[in-house]
Amino acid sequence: MPAAVYDQASLPDLLPLYYRRLFPFSQYYRWLNYGGVTKNYFQNREFSFTLKDDIYVRYQSFSTQSELEKEMQKMNPYKIDIGAVYSHRPNQHNTVKSGCFQALEKELVFDIDMTDYDDVRSCCSAADICPKCWPLMTIAIRILDRALREDFGFRHCLWVYSGRRGIHCWVCDEAARKLSVAARSAVAEYLSLVKGGEETVRKVVLTDPIHPFIRESLAVVEHYFTQYALLGQDILGSKEATDKVLVLTEPAHVKKELLIEFKTEKNPERRWGRLTTMAQNKRTTVKKGHYFEKEIMLQYCYPRLDVNVSKGVNHLLKSPFSVHPKTGRISVPIDLRELDRFNPFEVPTISLICEELDLPKMAGEEEDQEDPKENDKEAGERRKIRDYKRTSLAKYVKLFDQFLEEMARSRKGELIKKSEPQLEF
Amino acid sequence: MQFGNRRKKLIVNAQTEQLYGHCLQFYSQSPTENISLSEFETFAVERLKLLKTVENLGVSYVKTSEQYTKKLDTEFSSLNFPFRSEKSSSGPSEYEKRRKDHISHFILRLAYCQTEDLRRWFIQQEIDLFRYRFNCLNSKSKREFLHLNNLRYDTVSVMEKTNLAEKLINSSFAVSGITVEDQDFYKVPFQDALDLVRTRKVYLKEGFVYVPHMEIVTIVLNDFRTRLSKALALTARSLPAVQSDERLQPLLNHLSHAYVGQDYSIQKSIGKISLDQIETLSAKSYPLCMRQLHRALRESHHLRHGGRMQYGLFLKGVGLTLDQALQFWRSEFVKGKVDADKFDKAYAYSIRHMFGKEGKRTDYTPYSCMKVILSNPPSQGDHHGCPFRHTDPELLKQKLQSYKVSPGGMSLMLSLVVFYFSYQTKCFCSVQIEDSGFSLNHPNQYFLESQKLLGGPGAVAGGKGDVKREDIATPKPSNVARKNTLVSSLRNRHQVTGPQLAASLTCTLKTPVSTSTVLPLSNVF
Repeated sequence: MPAAVYDQASLPDLLPLYYRRLFPFSQYYRWLNYGGVTKNYFQNREFSFTLKDDIYVRYQSFSTQSELEKEMQKMNPYKIDIGAVYSHRPNQHNTVKSGCFQALEKELVFDIDMTDYDDVRSCCSAADICPKCWPLMTIAIRILDRALREDFGFRHCLWVYSGRRGIHCWVCDEAARKLSVAARSAVAEYLSLVKGGEETVRKVVLTDPIHPFIRESLAVVEHYFTQYALLGQDILGSKEATDKVLVLTEPAHVKKELLIEFKTEKNPERRWGRLTTMAQNKRTTVKKGHYFEKEIMLQYCYPRLDVNVSKGVNHLLKSPFSVHPKTGRISVPIDLRELDRFNPFEVPTISLICEELDLPKMAGEEEDQEDPKENDKEAGERRKIRDYKRTSLAKYVKLFDQFLEEMARSRKGELIKKSEPQLEF
Repeated sequence: MQFGNRRKKLIVNAQTEQLYGHCLQFYSQSPTENISLSEFETFAVERLKLLKTVENLGVSYVKTSEQYTKKLDTEFSSLNFPFRSEKSSSGPSEYEKRRKDHISHFILRLAYCQTEDLRRWFIQQEIDLFRYRFNCLNSKSKREFLHLNNLRYDTVSVMEKTNLAEKLINSSFAVSGITVEDQDFYKVPFQDALDLVRTRKVYLKEGFVYVPHMEIVTIVLNDFRTRLSKALALTARSLPAVQSDERLQPLLNHLSHAYVGQDYSIQKSIGKISLDQIETLSAKSYPLCMRQLHRALRESHHLRHGGRMQYGLFLKGVGLTLDQALQFWRSEFVKGKVDADKFDKAYAYSIRHMFGKEGKRTDYTPYSCMKVILSNPPSQGDHHGCPFRHTDPELLKQKLQSYKVSPGGMSLMLSLVVFYFSYQTKCFCSVQIEDSGFSLNHPNQYFLESQKLLGGPGAVAGGKGDVKREDIATPKPSNVARKNTLVSSLRNRHQVTGPQLAASLTCTLKTPVSTSTVLPLSNVF
């Protein structure tokens, strides 16, 4: 397969193709309609588009899937953001009496950005990512997904690769969509362990008792720590890196002792072993808990989320299946069953999938017979459905389908529960 | 609601029985009876006093400590608010207290719903107040309260509790193995326990927090906060209708301006004022109350405790250092009947105390107008308090006439005074600069504004008197302003002298704002 190198300049040509033949509109509509349970849920949803030349338009809304398709095919947005479900149609918000136009519901969202880890990753910085630091995202997903599921009881979390340097999570449960600002903020705070900016050296502080949430998160970090931090990031290799770690130990004499030991012990894993043992010894001798080895692990690995993204009900976030203009990569769902194998560099770019469209039909596809009873429109739909299936996008749309199916099953279950008469025993 | 026999004599209808059946309430039903305007005012002011105490104590003590509780207890009983469901909790006086609690809360909602800051302050104090009162209830009363307000929380089964024991213990510092065994745990949806979730002080599973009985107050508080927040938003929307009642507007304005401002204890000008400037400053930039105190000090070389506190703290706010203050007071007192030794023994301590250098080292803040007006009314021989509130109008008139007035400076400030009078002809002093929304509620604020107008400390030294402020815009229609001829002279930018002011003072004093003194609350809420 010829390697399709992505070039931002070709977006104006690629986007029309993408929106006409590849963007999974029917799944997208199925998602945001949420089974049509609430009236006008889709119609009152805000979308925002970033068009060519950085023109940004807000308060876009659509009455039907068809209208959404037509508009997107007309505007060919470089970027699509999804906002809240409002009290009125967003595209009519100017006609609404001042103060009455309100954001009512939205998925609970999280945004993890690799840039926020710059102080603890040595391989890359800023917008760059590489296979050495990507495990941070894996760890983040494992920790947060577990917490959202087991602690908060949320069942429908869609994890999406942002297209460049991070991941997003869309929590789509009905309860999540109805959360207030205060509740979202509380959830985000509960999930936050790394606090402090430039000025703070020690960003994680653990005190007794260690909350079960922290214990669970530590278990995940421990699983990845050796491979990711000690070997991949080599945090106890060079003097500079080691010093950064030692600064987080306490009390002061621990650092001194370890420095002496490290003069002879150069192996990072054994060095870490010494550090851990020292922390454990401290705990048995001193009344106050010293958890510095745990704090170090968390500071280097624990997910750093931007609370402000999660707080606002009306906050706009990049849509799944949106293209990232800088990298060309499609914002695709991540399969949690294959999480450790996920490679952001293998995520299809828009140029790749457009190219794949032009490839001659593969053997299996010859069997798709035209049904004489179909009219043109239906045939066109079918062709479109077949189209993305021919590209690398297929498996991600399938994943999305599975996610939607789960939600539909859940909704049905809820309806049955509500309609069943109360059973007396 | 069934009450005991002691209640038979009291004629109470079904609704009020429900409202006042418990000493604590959620304030979900607004009052609908008729009350007199004087009760309206008294209730509001007393609750505000209570909330201000709650605020102050909350700053000085840990909110659950014994001292906090004791001090708040005292304030409660002195202000006649209901507290502690005691054995003698029935009878008209308890009923009256609960009624006052109910109505005063709603009145203050009116005053505090308008801006984010006001709402935040009000909610914070009401929450602290509620927490204190809930914690004072015995177990039975707590359960009664929960029951009355339909707060039903699911109890965790013993089996589940045992299975989760270790996790429960590890989730909260306050929970031990014994707690798990002895206490009931409740499963509450996490949305109802956000404060516990946010700080990760509780065990969370499948969207439910597991709260021991002793922590149930946090859940209730969360509920309280949510309700109050919503209610304030609703109140704000219906406020314009209420404000159109002339009788209420001045009071509500004054209430909401009273406490939410800076306390003038941190001064950028500290040390920049020299003692020899004080005399000039007192003529130019002191509010009337402080000018009065300063004069009294100069004349009698003495001030009693109330005066020393009010004036001493004011001077601290103006920028005097401790050393300067000691020197100032000593030099004055020594001219009188007190010799240097006695001063050092008896008075110096209290001045050092004011600056936080003695005792529990609280850095006391200069008194706000509300505090000056409401607390510690002056008695014979005192010069403290607020002249507009505590001085007989005739005497006040004479005082103003006697003040030497210089162009600009204080005379201008005085000339901007607009008086509000309540239906009881008690005076709430509110200095307003027309249309700027500026409202005076602190003597140090007056000082700073005056200095600003005069061009800063330089103005004091150089004796510059010209007023920088250019514009006095067309006044908004204000009921009180219309009645006051002072305003029309302002419009012409004439400077009003003390005597002129005194003259106008007489005429406004004689005109009550409204003749009706009864207020149907159902129209208000």
